[in-house]
Amino acid sequence: MADAIEGHGSSLWKDAWIKLSKNRLALFGLAVLIMLILTSLLTPLIAPYGYETQNLDMGATAPSLQHWLGTDIFGRDMLTRIMYGGRVSLMVGFIATAVALVIGILWGAIAGFFGGRLDAVMMRIVDVLYALPFMIFIILLMVVFGRNILLLFLAIGAVEWLTMARIVRSQVMALRNQEFVEAANSLGLSQWTIIRRHIIPNTLGPVIVYTTLTIPSVMLLEAFLSFLGLGIQPPESSWGLLINYGVETMEEFPWLLIFPGIALSLTLFALNFLGDGLRDALDPRTSKD
Amino acid sequence: MIFYSDKYSTRHHFKALSSDFKALLLLTIVFGLTGCGNNESNVSSGNKTGTLYWGNGTEPQSLDPQIATGVPEHHIISALMEGLVLKDRKTLEPRPGVAESWNITKNGTVYTFKLRDSARWSNGDKHIAQDYVWSWWRALQPALGNLYAYMLFPIKNAQQYYEGDITDFSEVGVKAIDDQTLQVTLNYPTPYFLQLLDHYSLFPVHQATIEKFGTADQRGTRWTYEGNLVSNGPFQLVDWKINRRIVVQSNPYYWDANNVSLKEIVFIPIENIVTEERMFRAGQLHVTSSLPADKISTYREANDPELKVAPYLGTYYYRLNVRKPQFQDPRVRRALAMSVDRQRLVDNITRGGQIPAYAMTPPGTMGYYPKSDLKFDPKGARRLLAEAGYPNGEGFPATEILYNTNEGHRKIAVALQEMWKKNLNVDIRLLNQEWKVYLNSESAGEYEISRAGWIGDYVDPNNFLDLFLCGGGNNRTGWCNEEYDRLILDVAPSKSSHKERLEVFQQAETMLLNEMPIIPIYTYTTVQLVDSSVKNFDANIMNAASYKDIYLQVNQE
Amino acid sequence: MYRFAISRLLQAIPVLLMVITVTFFLVHSAPGGPFSADKAVPPEVIKALEEQYNLNQPVWQQYLSYLGDVIQGDFGPSFKYPGRTVNELITAGLPITAELAFYAMLVALGVGITAGVGASMRPNTMQDYLPMTGAMIGICMPSFLLGPLLVLIFGIHLDWLPVSGWGDIPGDKILPSITLGTGYAAYIARLSRGGMLEVLSQDYIRTARAKGLSERLIIVKHALRGGLIPVVAFLGPAFAGLLAGSFVVETIFQIPGLGRFYVQAAFNRDYTLILGMTIFLSTLIILFNLLSDMLAIWLNPKLRQEIRGTN
Repeated sequence: MADAIEGHGSSLWKDAWIKLSKNRLALFGLAVLIMLILTSLLTPLIAPYGYETQNLDMGATAPSLQHWLGTDIFGRDMLTRIMYGGRVSLMVGFIATAVALVIGILWGAIAGFFGGRLDAVMMRIVDVLYALPFMIFIILLMVVFGRNILLLFLAIGAVEWLTMARIVRSQVMALRNQEFVEAANSLGLSQWTIIRRHIIPNTLGPVIVYTTLTIPSVMLLEAFLSFLGLGIQPPESSWGLLINYGVETMEEFPWLLIFPGIALSLTLFALNFLGDGLRDALDPRTSKD
Repeated sequence: MIFYSDKYSTRHHFKALSSDFKALLLLTIVFGLTGCGNNESNVSSGNKTGTLYWGNGTEPQSLDPQIATGVPEHHIISALMEGLVLKDRKTLEPRPGVAESWNITKNGTVYTFKLRDSARWSNGDKHIAQDYVWSWWRALQPALGNLYAYMLFPIKNAQQYYEGDITDFSEVGVKAIDDQTLQVTLNYPTPYFLQLLDHYSLFPVHQATIEKFGTADQRGTRWTYEGNLVSNGPFQLVDWKINRRIVVQSNPYYWDANNVSLKEIVFIPIENIVTEERMFRAGQLHVTSSLPADKISTYREANDPELKVAPYLGTYYYRLNVRKPQFQDPRVRRALAMSVDRQRLVDNITRGGQIPAYAMTPPGTMGYYPKSDLKFDPKGARRLLAEAGYPNGEGFPATEILYNTNEGHRKIAVALQEMWKKNLNVDIRLLNQEWKVYLNSESAGEYEISRAGWIGDYVDPNNFLDLFLCGGGNNRTGWCNEEYDRLILDVAPSKSSHKERLEVFQQAETMLLNEMPIIPIYTYTTVQLVDSSVKNFDANIMNAASYKDIYLQVNQE
Repeated sequence: MYRFAISRLLQAIPVLLMVITVTFFLVHSAPGGPFSADKAVPPEVIKALEEQYNLNQPVWQQYLSYLGDVIQGDFGPSFKYPGRTVNELITAGLPITAELAFYAMLVALGVGITAGVGASMRPNTMQDYLPMTGAMIGICMPSFLLGPLLVLIFGIHLDWLPVSGWGDIPGDKILPSITLGTGYAAYIARLSRGGMLEVLSQDYIRTARAKGLSERLIIVKHALRGGLIPVVAFLGPAFAGLLAGSFVVETIFQIPGLGRFYVQAAFNRDYTLILGMTIFLSTLIILFNLLSDMLAIWLNPKLRQEIRGTN
């Protein structure tokens, strides 16, 4: 079909950006995300108090001028704790998602590109793994191998890559038959180069969307594990752990629960809206006009 | 197109259902609300029927008194079973149980017990002296895996029998002279022996029942389960739903059944103490097993009479692995012990009225008040640490506090971590492992500092000090002092007066504190909530409830 | 259709085998065996216990004998609770967790489908925004946050509902079901909205409208079946998720179900209970996935043809 989009001359990305910018909730999500990342990176510089600085005599106090978000039962500043907790939560979110991303993209791209029996075998494995009760395995893994933060990343990543693989595979299969691949083939490019330089970049759309949606579910998963005592270990803290502590004393010291709760929920909220917005924006079916 | 119309009707019903669902949901909630409004709480209905609702911590592993360990098990077993001798619920003095009287002869080594004629098992069988001979024989079978076998070792030849040096049980010092007379011979005079008889490992078990479900030394048969268990105490087992409840009802064959007021006790296993407190407030429990530290001040400030705090025979302490290079010098160990502000810890962190401990044995243990020169002295501690080669904490190697995953332990470890940083400038890290792994690490000596606690099995300093004998399985610090061993094993038992024994124990205690392989932190308290309708509930240092004495009565307003 | 089911069931067997094997060796490599205790355990006692439970045999041998037992449906004795069998414990906890999952699913489907379908009827209006934002909140609020909050409000402050237990006091099933079901209600709301929107934009719907059929009839008779396909496809993973979520909810509300048993077993190193429950739950999930796939095929004529074609 001849190029029908004349005059506007926009690429997929520019198109997407325009659509996205009309979606206020998604922009809000993006703004929150950027703010979070900045805060997390700058935390060691801007945190008002030391992370472990205790003040046993003071104990838990409500929000005040010296401590904007109050203190916990050791007298530690909650704003600082939440900032550092955010670093950990986001780090888990990003790294575990990255693990899932790498495995998923490679797996899906290879399966989708080569097709045939290789594809059948690879996707059967995905289907099989999909059926397993992962929560159970993660619990078992964490109990058996101890609560290593590295292991946490791997375990969570190992759970989330499956859907990524499926998405990438279906994208790749659609792309595989397009003309530019034939062209590349006739130019004599190796299969691997084709995958790397042509196929994968074109799958980025759905991948980005799904990544943005995976990060919050990874963070949620980490919070669940922390609730059971299997996630992040003290003295490090994540939002999940902070919420867990807050739940125990929520009647006496509600701020210990409210603020980390808001932090986590807000972040999840923002990321989900952003992901939704990206999905709508990158969907070629919805017109930008 | 039968398929389609079938589906249509399904779909239609489904859609109708979902649009009516909101109404349904509303209805359910309304039902639930009104249902709740009319429904009585456990406490008020229990008060009418004589049913006590008791929050019991973790689900018991076993109710076999010769396999069980643990406080939740202890509570239930003490309702179901009874020993020869009881303890007074307030003073802990010995009181007649199954044995109505006894006399002690031969310089305190021979005890002759006269059993009640009216003693019966819960199925009506006569309860006789031979039952004890058989039960203690069973308790000493190695295959059973009885962790409390050592409680029988004061009995003549019991230890040798257990370890296989003697194979004929008749050589062990327990004999049934006749149905009503039991004679026990000890190795040497043991002032706390009568107390041991109230420990569940020396309770009698019903031979016919056990043998019906397996061999005597087979661990884990079904003889303790609902419908099977036959016991000799004030209550009998009626229902056991794992993770839900254990129900016991009054035993009509119990010799003192006329004086037992409660009809039924429902033990509810609740692991989460925050949830337990909520259940108490909602009237679902008469008694809780404990109370979260953060809530204690709320109850205290309200002067709530339902809050019960009592000293508990136990010490919370930290083990120091003296095999590690940094802990080989006692000065380092003492420095650590001296830089812990125990008062601040119990005031701000644990807040349960615990008493700071400066010695291993709790004060007041059978009249024993250990003297100690340990106190909070950061300056002195710094000096010691510098003398030992770590001036201002420089060069102090990486050290971790190991504790089992638990909020309370974590809080204490975090506080101590900060104290040691502030007072000694040493960086200590925290490591928590879950229970089984933690036990393993401790036993294998794979730790530097490890959190520990010891609850006394009987009220005597021996039970605390003999933990740290050279070969003791509960030692786990690597500390070994032969003179200490001699004092505990040879000198103390040889003394004829209690006062002299205590003096020997004091000597041993001072030795222990000088070398400080352990850091005592505080003496336990039991903190729990008890509904005002529960009478004759007397907190004692053994945390032993006397279920036959408790009765329920609503206060007249 | 039946051939499809059978071939899927046959495929499930190597999966289960893999599950059993992996779990078995994982569990046995965990530090801290089932018999470590606070009081020092004399080595002879440990030896005697290990002999009784066959733990002194080489791992391969234990594995094979365990496999033999499992095939006959015997999951062995529990290590932590002497005298109880794993089958017994599973039977004790299963009805409770099943009921909890069922009610939660009811909440999820009922609330979710209603909200989603309603939203799709008037897109981009309040009827759409409100439920969808609500759905987002539901997804972003973890159950261990929602549960205690509900308990605080309805259980303590208002004193309307019980704070724990299951089946002991009337009304104690409400809060746990809501807590567990809310996240899924939110997901299902979004899925059904999306599915319905897609279907509603199809030509045949426009035709029906042009014919003058009432909106309600259109939705129910024509759109719902296709629009709910994503929901049906989600049922399998939803079920697995509900089981996982039950761990947390059962802990919060002290419900004596499988989830609570499992967490305890992992911490107690109760090998047989862990293995038994893992196998059991995996089997359930595989079965449920199969059922939901079959339901999806039944609803979607296109898929049905695909299956017929490949078979």
